Amino acid sequence: MRHIISILMENEAGALSRVAGLFSARGYNIESLTVAPTEDATLSRMTIVTRGSEEVIEQIVKQLNKLIDVVKILDLSDGSHIERELMLVKVRAFGKDREEMKRMADIFRGRIIDVTEKTYTIELTGPGTKLDAFIEAIDPVAILETVRTGASGIGRGERILKV
Amino acid sequence: MELNGAEITVKCLADEGVEFVFGYPGGAVLNIYDAIFKQDKFKHVLVRHEQAAVHAADGYARSTGKVGVALVTSGPGITNAVTGIATAYMDSIPMVVISGQVPTAAIGMDAFQEVDAIGITRPCVKHNFLVKDIKDLAATMKKAFYIASTGRPGPVLVDIPKDITGQPFAYDYSMSVDMRSYNPVVKGHTGQIKKAAQMLFEAKRPMIYSGGGVVLSNASKQLTELTRLLGFPCTNTLMGLGAYPATDKQFVGMLGMHGTYEANMAMQHSDVLLAVGARFDDRVIGSPEHFARDARRIIHIDIDPSSISKRVKVDVPIVGDVAAVLDELIKLIKASKERTDATALSAWWAQIDEWRSIDCLKFDRASAIIKPQFVVQKLWEVTKGEAFVTTDVGQHQMWAAQYYPFNEPRRWITSGGLGTMGFGLPAAMGVQLAHPDAQVACVTGESSIQMCIQELSTCKQYHIPVKVVNLNNRYMGMVRQWQEFFYGNRYAESYMESLPDFVKLAESYGHVGMKIEKPEDVEPALREAFAMKERLVFMDFITDQTENVFPMVPGGAGITEMILAEEL
Ligand SMILES: Cc1cc2nc3c(=O)[nH]c(=O)nc-3n(C[C@H](O)[C@H](O)[C@H](O)COP(=O)(O)OP(=O)(O)OC[C@H]3O[C@@H](n4cnc5c(N)ncnc54)[C@H](O)[C@@H]3O)c2cc1C
Ligand SMILES: Cc1ncc(C[n+]2csc(CCOP(=O)(O)OP(=O)(O)O)c2C)c(N)n1
Ligand SMILES: [Mg+2]
Repeated sequence: MRHIISILMENEAGALSRVAGLFSARGYNIESLTVAPTEDATLSRMTIVTRGSEEVIEQIVKQLNKLIDVVKILDLSDGSHIERELMLVKVRAFGKDREEMKRMADIFRGRIIDVTEKTYTIELTGPGTKLDAFIEAIDPVAILETVRTGASGIGRGERILKV
Repeated sequence: MELNGAEITVKCLADEGVEFVFGYPGGAVLNIYDAIFKQDKFKHVLVRHEQAAVHAADGYARSTGKVGVALVTSGPGITNAVTGIATAYMDSIPMVVISGQVPTAAIGMDAFQEVDAIGITRPCVKHNFLVKDIKDLAATMKKAFYIASTGRPGPVLVDIPKDITGQPFAYDYSMSVDMRSYNPVVKGHTGQIKKAAQMLFEAKRPMIYSGGGVVLSNASKQLTELTRLLGFPCTNTLMGLGAYPATDKQFVGMLGMHGTYEANMAMQHSDVLLAVGARFDDRVIGSPEHFARDARRIIHIDIDPSSISKRVKVDVPIVGDVAAVLDELIKLIKASKERTDATALSAWWAQIDEWRSIDCLKFDRASAIIKPQFVVQKLWEVTKGEAFVTTDVGQHQMWAAQYYPFNEPRRWITSGGLGTMGFGLPAAMGVQLAHPDAQVACVTGESSIQMCIQELSTCKQYHIPVKVVNLNNRYMGMVRQWQEFFYGNRYAESYMESLPDFVKLAESYGHVGMKIEKPEDVEPALREAFAMKERLVFMDFITDQTENVFPMVPGGAGITEMILAEEL
C-alpha cells in the first residue's frame, strides 16, 4: 500500500542522508521525498511517499523514530489528510498546439508562468494523480521537460504534527 | 577555565569517569595525544591496529557495562576502526569512538587522510557527530556518552577536525542533556504488563526466551527470580548466555542454529512464549514460516520498538527496560493468587526432560585425538566456571558457548551479530584491563587468531595475562563444516596452510607458548597456564580436524529440523 509519512526532524547537516541511508540500507522503497525547514528554523519537515505491506510500513515508522535526529512522525495515511505536489512542465507551444496547451492548462487550473514564441512553462499543483492526469492528457511529443517536487502532505482539521 | 579543543576532549573523557582509552595516533589527533600526554586521569592503551582498539573498548564495555572508548586518527585510522564499530553496533554495545578529521577548511578538498567518517560509519553507529564549532565540543561529547549508554545502547562516533582541537574555549561540562528527539522509554506500559501476567498464568507449555537485552539491562537477578517464581523453562540466545545461571535445572541451554535439542523443541512447541531482550534473530528462529506453523502467543519485552514484530508477529508488545518491566511483572505475579496450571506444567517438564535425555551435546570422550569440546569442558573445570571467556568466530565459538556454562552475566564476550573474526584477542585485552585479577581466556581458532595476532605485542607492553586457548583444527572449521554438509565435501579455500609455529610466535612476542597434542595433556596444560597469573600463555591445542558442531539447524530450515551428532 502507498503511504505518505511526515517527519519532523532536527535541521542538522546530514539529517537527510540518515533518512535516505536508512531507506536504501533496509531496502525500503521511496517514491518521493521532500524536505525543507519549517517556521521554526531548528526543525525540518520531510514528507516521504513509500509503498509496502503493513508490516513493512510499521518497521519503516519504527526505524525512522529510532533515528536520533527525528523528533516526531505521522503516517498521514492513517487518517484524513491533504496531499499536494507542484509540477512545472515545459511544453511545445506553437501553431495549433499553442491554443490547445493554453486550454489544457486552464482545464487543469494550471498557470502559464513562462512564455516564449515556441514554448509555455506551465505550473500545476494538486494531488499526484491530478498531475499524472495532466501528463496523460497532453500530447507526449509536446512535452519538453517536466519537474515535480514530490508530494507534501498535511493532516485535515485537528490532526497536527508539531513539537 | 579556557582550554584548547584537545584538552577539552580529554577533560570530558576524564569527567565521564573513563578509565581506559584504546587508541592509535596520527596527524589529525596529535593535539589530542599531546593533551593525553599531559594528563593522568585515564590510561591510554596503544594497540597495534585500530580494529583492535575498538574491540578492546568493546570487551571493556561488555564486561563492565560501562561505555568503552576508542580514539583513532582520520582516514585509514577510522576506516580500520569500522569493523570494530559495526561489531559493537550489531550487539548493541555502549561505546564512544573519537576520530580525528582533517581541518574544517580542508574538508571536501580530498585532503591528505581525509575520508567522510560520518558517511562511512552512518549505517553502523547509533549516532554520529561532526564537531564543526569549538563551542559545541563539550556538549557533543556529553550527548555522545548519553546516547551510547541509554535506551538500546550502541556506538557513537565523534569526528573532530584538527583545527577544532587547537582552538581555545571555556571548559564547562555541567550541562545536562535534554534532547527533544531522543527520549528512550524505560518503564513499561502497566496495562500490557498485566496482560502478560494473565497470559503467563494461562500457559500450558510456557517458555522464557531471553537474550542480550537482559545482560545490557543488568536484569539477570530479575530474570532469575521470575523464572523460578513461575517454574518455567528458560533458554538464552548466544548473546544472553550467563543472564540465567546455566547450571540451573530450569535452564534448557542455548537455542538456535547450534542450540540444544531441548531448547529448540521447547521453543517450537511452546504455547506461551515470553521473549525478554531478544530479537528473534534468523540464527535463532530459523525459518519464520516454519516457526509460525505451531500456534503460540508471544509476549515481547524490548526497549527498541523496532525489535518488536520485526521478524515474528507479537501478541503483547511491551516497550521498556527489561529490569524495570520485570520488576513490575514480578510484583504483579506475587500479588496475584493465580498460578499456572501445575499439572500442565509438570507434563510439559516431563516432555522437556524426554527431549533432554537424548543428550544432544554428547561427544566421543575416548578419542585419541583432542576433541575441541573436551578442551572447553576442561577449561570450565580448571577455571571453576568463573573465567571471562572471549571468543573469535567459528566452530570454537559455538563449542565455547555449548560447553562452558556461565552462571553470571558479562563473563561471556562474543561477537554474535556481526560474527567478527579477530574479535577475541583484543576484546580479551579490554576485559583483562577492566578486571586485572580475573581469569580471562580467549577461545579462538587458528584462522581467527591470525586476524588480530599483532595484539600479542600490546599484551606484552601492558602485561595483559590473557590465556589464549587456540583450538587448532587447521581449518576454517565452520566454513569446512558447511562445505561438508552442503557443498559435497568441496573444501574450497578453507584449509589453513602455512600456519606459524604458534609456540615460537608467542615466545617471540615475549609470552609463553605451549603446544598440546594429546588429550591427557589438556588439563595439566590448562592448570599450568592459569597458574602463571602474570603471563600471557598461548595454548595451541591440536584438535580433531573433522569435528563438527552439533546440533545444527541448516540455514533457512525450521529450528526443530536439527542435524544431530551421529550415534556414538
Ligand atoms: C557462527 C555463529 C553462530 C551463531 N549461532 C547462534 C545460535 O545458535 N543461537 C543464537 O542464539 N545465536 C547465534 N548466533 C548469534 C546471532 O547471530 C545473534 O547475534 C544473536 O542470536 C542475537 O541475540 P539476541 O536476540 O539476544 O539479541 P541482541 O543482539 O543481544 O539484542 C538485544 C535485544 O535486546 C534489546 N535491548 C537492549 N537493551 C535493552 C534493555 N535495557 N531493555 C530491554 N531490551 C533491551 C535490544 O533492543 C535488542 O532487541 C550465532 C552467531 C555466529 C557468529
Ligand atoms: C572477518 C571475517 N571473515 C570471514 C568470516 C567467515 N567465517 C566464519 S567462521 C570462519 C572460519 C573460522 O576459522 P577458525 O578461526 O579456525 O575457527 P574454527 O571454525 O576452525 O573453530 C570464517 C572464515 C568471518 N566470520 N569474519
Ligand atoms: Mg580452525
